[in-house]
Amino acid sequence: MNGSASGTVSPTTAPADVDDTTTGHSATGHTTVQDLKAMARRRPFGVWFKDKGWRHLVGITVTLFAIFPLLYVLSAAFNSTGTLVGSNALFSRIDFGNFTALFNDPSRPYARWFVNTMVVGTVTSAATVFLGAMAAYAFSRMRFKGRRIGLLSLLLLQMFPQLLAVVAIFLLLSGISEVIPALGLGSQLGLIMVYLGGALGVNTYLMYGFFNTVPQSLDEAAKIDGASHTQIFFGIIMRLVTPILAVVGLLSFIGISGEFVIASVVLTDPDSQTLAVGLYSFVAQQRSENWGVFAAGAVIAAVPVMALFLFLQRYIVSGLTQGSVKG
Amino acid sequence: MTDTELRQAGTPAAAKGTATAPDGAAGRPARPVKRRRRFGPDTTKGTVAKIVLLGLVDALAVYVLMMLFLSESWGALAVSSAVVLAINWIYLRKGGLPAKYLAPGVLFLLVFQVFVVMFSGYIAFTNYGDGHNSTKNDAIAAIQLTAQKRVPDSPAYKAAVLAKDNSFYLLFTDPDGKVSLGNTETPLEEISDAGTDSTGKANAVDGYRTLNFQEIVANQQSILAIMVPVSDDPADGTLRTADGSNAYQFKPALTYDDAADTFTDTETGTVYQDNGKGAFAASNGDTLTTGWKIDVGMENFVRAFTDPSLRGPLLGVILWTFTFAIASVALTFAMGLSLAMTFNREDLRGKKIYRILMILPYAFPAFLSGLVWSGILNPQFGWLNQTLLGGATIGWLTDPILAKISVLVVNLWLGFPYMFLVCTGALQSLPTELDEAARMDGAGPWRVFRSIKLPLLLVSIAPLLISSFAFNFNNFNVIFMLTGGGPRFADTDRDIGATDILITLVYKVAFGQGTGRDYGLASALAIIIFIIVATVSAISFKQTKALEDVNS
Repeated sequence: MNGSASGTVSPTTAPADVDDTTTGHSATGHTTVQDLKAMARRRPFGVWFKDKGWRHLVGITVTLFAIFPLLYVLSAAFNSTGTLVGSNALFSRIDFGNFTALFNDPSRPYARWFVNTMVVGTVTSAATVFLGAMAAYAFSRMRFKGRRIGLLSLLLLQMFPQLLAVVAIFLLLSGISEVIPALGLGSQLGLIMVYLGGALGVNTYLMYGFFNTVPQSLDEAAKIDGASHTQIFFGIIMRLVTPILAVVGLLSFIGISGEFVIASVVLTDPDSQTLAVGLYSFVAQQRSENWGVFAAGAVIAAVPVMALFLFLQRYIVSGLTQGSVKG
Repeated sequence: MTDTELRQAGTPAAAKGTATAPDGAAGRPARPVKRRRRFGPDTTKGTVAKIVLLGLVDALAVYVLMMLFLSESWGALAVSSAVVLAINWIYLRKGGLPAKYLAPGVLFLLVFQVFVVMFSGYIAFTNYGDGHNSTKNDAIAAIQLTAQKRVPDSPAYKAAVLAKDNSFYLLFTDPDGKVSLGNTETPLEEISDAGTDSTGKANAVDGYRTLNFQEIVANQQSILAIMVPVSDDPADGTLRTADGSNAYQFKPALTYDDAADTFTDTETGTVYQDNGKGAFAASNGDTLTTGWKIDVGMENFVRAFTDPSLRGPLLGVILWTFTFAIASVALTFAMGLSLAMTFNREDLRGKKIYRILMILPYAFPAFLSGLVWSGILNPQFGWLNQTLLGGATIGWLTDPILAKISVLVVNLWLGFPYMFLVCTGALQSLPTELDEAARMDGAGPWRVFRSIKLPLLLVSIAPLLISSFAFNFNNFNVIFMLTGGGPRFADTDRDIGATDILITLVYKVAFGQGTGRDYGLASALAIIIFIIVATVSAISFKQTKALEDVNS
């Protein structure tokens, strides 16, 4: 951006020089020492643009594409006109009407949805991390019959997401609710159990790779000191792999809190629904009338997830690339 | 290898050591066989925790088993008992350490991933769905209950609605003044001491509360559903009220003949027979709406590809599913990679800010993205048409072609940050010497990219591209939230549209509003997805193995 200022006309360098360097630049060599000095003092716009400026141009364009929808929903949330049309003039007015409306409609228990999502998401992701870590510990530190088959089957199983079996899950839970209503259709506990079915498939392999990077000699040393397997697991391994635990926990929290298909089938009562199901049903019928309130709900729903994500960003990126490079 | 073996492996046993080697080599690079040291003894704290946890699990298990016993589900009871025994055996015996760590996760995996998949496979071969969701006996009872007609010339009863213990009762006064009480569960019982009003209609019984008009209106649904059997034989019919003050005797319009297994219409004499397809059908093809669940073999699959209202749209959906998944991967990868190359410069100002702003879409919950974009792209009121294009009425979500493009653009918005992150990581791990060596040999930047960087990148990224394909193949949220699968195809009366992918179709067929639920067909479609994803992954993973061999 400082380039555009220097690029308009730079009074210190002669105009002729500028032309020379811009046209003759791309191959390396032919610039004189004087030219180089001049460039070092203030580089001409063309050179700067070819080297870096276009990168900024791309960056700004893509950034606009990336954040525009977010700005749009933010603006709609603070605009109590409330309709889709009224939300088109971005940030034309700012007030909290939508937010108060959001929490004061008994037919739309937004606060409940929010709490439900947090509960289901937190419990599921904590349990997922724990189950996955236990399995990864077994695969990484023990040798047993069926270990290889087990690892391979996990790799295979993660190809098939649970939502493919949504019909069977629905029928299974409706069968369960005839015997034990607390675990069947309409119960969050039942939904959490269903989600835990996917706990091993996706995460064990990622964690397994990471567990292998923790040197075995640490275990050995602890064993000499007479540590039991649980002490090694909780006291040594779990502490050293915290980054991957955070990544798996966060990714599964994000995944679960946005899961719609199974949640919409299992949670039928509005009071027990999660944000994904509730907000969808709220906006599905009358999209344009309820827009402002929906936007307010969307902002509140997105803020915790995005904050967590940005806060743990470094871990996530390393987790993603490690998952890829190590496979 | 079990725990006891682990212990033995610590002692000289060389034979055991060699036996472990191939096993150990499977998961990670082979390394010399080490003598394994045994774990220390369990701590008291650990043992107590184990006993408490196992106790809780067993307490829960006993409750579940009792409930299963009371509901007489013997099959489930047997399986659950076996599972409970297995859990106790795993945690109480001395060895078998790996099983102790694997059991909880594997249990959930087996029930809610493996079992449900096999269950889907079973449902795909049945006619399970609306009108076919129970056994034949249930269906017969349901038909007898629902197919009711007023008995011609039967007397009109006066009725009152009473309540006791949260259930409703009907109090009838027949034209002769005889009073009787009952509800669906309790057969008719004569009452001699009922209180009556001025018209002689009985309206009060000791121990029951009489509902007033407002209460009757408020509980209309449950009162309409009360059917008081006149006698023990269902064929005698029932007493029902339509308004809470008059009641009539209704009789089944269809009578069931046990010996012949047929229903006969009492008026027309039409005979409905078991048609072998889980329903009673007349000779002219009419079927009774309530049927039962039977195995239909391959019929769901056959129907998917032959039924004229399904075949065309389904082929379109399959084609679009592939197009959508491939195009999504290609577009996000192309954009992510170009961005990664663009910003792969140490000395670029504001790099960090660009990066954070660009990954925001990835952090934004995916189901919300679809809904937010659906507002932006709304043809009538959306920002794009109204503000950016000054009041245009372009059907971004209602024109089949434009809707497909919109879906792809939105999915690009959602997906490029991930590819950007992954490609940046992969680019930075590439050795720079190769790059320099190629430049020394006179390769231009494009040549360096195409012949050196891209092939190397693909080795580490290819598995991710495949999982990305598998993910987008079932990317339910973006489609369902953005277009709901629409715009609908004109050539079918089913709810199938131009942007529907297979998984949204499965959802709509199984749980769609308005159209009947057809679990059998939905499961058959899900099985088709299974087969496609499995085939594609198998082939492409083989390909990437080849790629790896070529490069290394």
